[in-house]
Amino acid sequence: MEEQFDVIVLGGGPAGLTAAIYLGRARVKTLVLDTGTVGGQTVLSFSVANYPGVEETSGRDISQTMLRQARQFGAEVKAYAKIKAVELAGENKVVELQDGSRFVARALIVATGGVPRKLGLESEARLAGRGISYCATCDGDFFTGKPIVVIGGGNSALEEALALTKYASRVTIVHEFDHFQAQPWIVEEVRAHPRIELVMEQDILDFVGEENLQEVVVAHKQTKEITRIEADGCFIFIGYVPNSAAFSAELQLNERGEIITDDNMATSLPGVFAAGDVRQKRYRQITTAVADGTVAALGATAYLEERKAA
Amino acid sequence: MLQTNLKHVESDEEFEKLIAENENVMICCGRMGPMCLPVYDIMESLQAKFPHVQFRDMDFDGPASHNIKRLPEVRGFMGLPFTIYYKNGQVVQATTSIQTEEQVLGILNRYFARAA
Repeated sequence: MEEQFDVIVLGGGPAGLTAAIYLGRARVKTLVLDTGTVGGQTVLSFSVANYPGVEETSGRDISQTMLRQARQFGAEVKAYAKIKAVELAGENKVVELQDGSRFVARALIVATGGVPRKLGLESEARLAGRGISYCATCDGDFFTGKPIVVIGGGNSALEEALALTKYASRVTIVHEFDHFQAQPWIVEEVRAHPRIELVMEQDILDFVGEENLQEVVVAHKQTKEITRIEADGCFIFIGYVPNSAAFSAELQLNERGEIITDDNMATSLPGVFAAGDVRQKRYRQITTAVADGTVAALGATAYLEERKAA
Repeated sequence: MLQTNLKHVESDEEFEKLIAENENVMICCGRMGPMCLPVYDIMESLQAKFPHVQFRDMDFDGPASHNIKRLPEVRGFMGLPFTIYYKNGQVVQATTSIQTEEQVLGILNRYFARAA
């Protein structure tokens, strides 16, 4: 079964949904396909306090509002889509699903976001939910009065480390560099906290424990000295990996796998745009994703108009 | 009470009746947190495909949650949600923390598949 749209948006996070809102409002026939839960990484934010014009709310609520807006403006949104193949190079952009559905559009926006980066250790996967966590607000209270480790050195890692001091007896931040990448005031707060210890320039070697995590084993990058840190919990915040692998053969990516775009979110292929965390940019916020989605939608609309006029 | 579209288990009586009267039951015990919400969404999306399975959520801080927390299968769990699969009243699988649709489907197909 083949269905024709004007624009297909891959990804239902804030970038994709914003694009759908703008496209729908412009009466551009739009399909949004997401391989998981609509909302993307935003759903994983317990609290969003810095979205302009909105009082503190949850990531889920923002996402659900965006979804309703997109649908109200006529966009079709499908979650848990099982994508089999995507063809970007031709005049028509084609997306095939595993159930045999085939969607065709003149323009396509890649807004597939990213996923939390993992260390890739066997013990990390084995102990996930058994001491290893990626969400301090979800699992922090399991570690009340216990020592924990936080891995990472950016804003997320340091903010979560501070939040975890509410529960933990001791928080050890382990970072791969000799300096942090977080905002200076957060670093200052972390350095001044009496129950936070910093262990810098470390490689993570292993997580030790049978039923639960017991130790995090690290090695100094220069001296190779091994340290075993006793910990009941370990929270990992080491950034995101862009969901761009499926497009690497057709779109120009940078060395981190992010899609390269121009200021109008246009990629290296005509009619293909990228928005949100999947594209090359410095700052990744809900607000920047929303801005990307807006620009991509306007760019795609202009592209369709130009094609129509040609 | 959890704000989901799933039916909730809110008391011991509801829990016991659910387990006693249904062959296939999946209960997700969590909060309205980032690791729990995707699992609730997955359950909602699979209800139509598995009409012979009872999908329920349960508030981790609610009065019925001790029925989950005391299970030997969740010993060592330190990540929400705790998701339990019951077959004829017996626990056949338990998972901790966020799960993908593929992981949930794998368990449903393994334990709750209908004979062809």
